[in-house]
Amino acid sequence: MTADEITEKTKSFLGKFIKVEEIQADEDLFAAGLLNSLFAMQLVLFVEKEFNCKVENDDLDLKNFNSINAIVGLITRKIATA
Amino acid sequence: MQIELTPQQIEQQTYFKTFVEEYVIPQAKLHDQQQHTPPELIQRLAQQGYLGAIIPKEYGGGEMEAITFGLLCEQIGRASASLLSLLTVHGMVCQSIMRWGSAEQKQQWLPKLASGEIIGGFGLTEPNIGSDAKSVESVAIAHDDHYQLTGHKKWISFGQVADLFLIIAQCDNKPTAFLVERKTAGFSTKPINNLLGFRSAMLAELIIDNCMIQKQNLVGRIGFGFSHIAGTALDHGRYCVAWGCVGLAQACLEASLHYTKDRKQFGTFLSNHQLIQHIIADMIVQIKAARLLCYQAGCLKNSGDPALIMETSIAKYFASQMVSKIADNAVQIHGANGCSDEYPVQRYLRDAKIMEIIEGSSQMQQIIIAKYGYQSFLREMRKNH
Ligand SMILES: Cc1cc2nc3c(=O)[nH]c(=O)nc-3n(C[C@H](O)[C@H](O)[C@H](O)COP(=O)(O)OP(=O)(O)OC[C@H]3O[C@@H](n4cnc5c(N)ncnc54)[C@H](O)[C@@H]3O)c2cc1C
Repeated sequence: MTADEITEKTKSFLGKFIKVEEIQADEDLFAAGLLNSLFAMQLVLFVEKEFNCKVENDDLDLKNFNSINAIVGLITRKIATA
Repeated sequence: MQIELTPQQIEQQTYFKTFVEEYVIPQAKLHDQQQHTPPELIQRLAQQGYLGAIIPKEYGGGEMEAITFGLLCEQIGRASASLLSLLTVHGMVCQSIMRWGSAEQKQQWLPKLASGEIIGGFGLTEPNIGSDAKSVESVAIAHDDHYQLTGHKKWISFGQVADLFLIIAQCDNKPTAFLVERKTAGFSTKPINNLLGFRSAMLAELIIDNCMIQKQNLVGRIGFGFSHIAGTALDHGRYCVAWGCVGLAQACLEASLHYTKDRKQFGTFLSNHQLIQHIIADMIVQIKAARLLCYQAGCLKNSGDPALIMETSIAKYFASQMVSKIADNAVQIHGANGCSDEYPVQRYLRDAKIMEIIEGSSQMQQIIIAKYGYQSFLREMRKNH
């Protein structure tokens, strides 16, 4: 899967929660008030189901979740090691 | 689309029914009155593999799929809501470790939780903090080789007997989850009695007085204790409770069918009065609707679909409101008998009310569900323009 495809899928998922077209790829998502448990758990499940990988306790780092780029980076690394 | 249990699920369901009818229902009234769940009953659940139902086989669990586990919760809920809460909170600890525990934590705890050698408890709520759970006031201070934990938890189901607690506290002002053993120096519990319902759920306050918690007992990472670890636990809790409500409502219906076939007023059985039939019909339909929501949540769980989080919240909200109303009507149908302890419906009503408060109150679910509604609506609007 290319980086562009991963970005598209991620944006499409985030679009359920925020106006993704108004957010820059490196903009802080949590500043938009997204860090609640419902969103957090759905994001984890999205990454796992869509890209067939497992989010581990070691991945629990804001740097992996706080922007579109960060999430795409996490997924790219996960796919590479899967 | 097919909404039908498999032959294996039906077989398991029959087995669960037989189990609760033999071992749980006959004692439920006594346990409610004594405000106690005997260790032998907990051991019996363990021997059946029910305490390890959701745990993977490699750790000695049953690796039960979500629908079968739901059917188990339904039957336990039909027998005793208090006992259901054991399955719930124990499962919340198991689920959190399965999902976010380190390899060592899984090895250390899951086999013991699966066999029932230890019982898990979930410590989130505090005297000052309930619904606003991310703002807990318990504090963990990080030292070189341990955390120093201080706090006060309240309303903790099976807190009187659990051995291992998942505790949420602030570390660096960020919600963080820790595993705390009962035997930790500075840890003590104080029983809470005389609640409205869940009277044999052996609730307790937890007093955590400068406990030294080993570094390896941190679950996940600092700052993720509410969003991810408690989030995982609560999702599991809501699923158990939703199914338990269906079971409890089924018990109300069965009691009402039985009673109205026996009791005569105005020269005929209550069952022949149309206003009674109205209530019975509504009970049947409402229970079916709640069960279907539970099936949907269960199917999503089995496939790991992100939508499971919302659908579980919806199922919990609907099922808990539904059972509260149905239990209320079950007492109504029983008249004065329904208010006496000669009939179980008064216990059902007391337990049903609790269902609207635990695992996120009805108001918390309404807030979440409405927010989700607006998000979906605005998204559709954006797509169409
Ligand atoms: C039998 C029983 C067992 C329990 N077991 C456990 C357990 O094992 N572990 C654990 O951690 N906790 C447990 N609890 C605690 C339970 O989770 C809390 O009671 C619940 O989260 C609600 O918190 P609260 O009671 O402090 O109510 P509050 O949060 O003080 O709320 C009071 C009322 O106000 C409403 N409300 C609050 N905020 C809002 C808002 N923003 N908008 C509208 N309405 C609002 C609530 O819905 C509720 O109706 C248990 C409780 C009971 C009764």
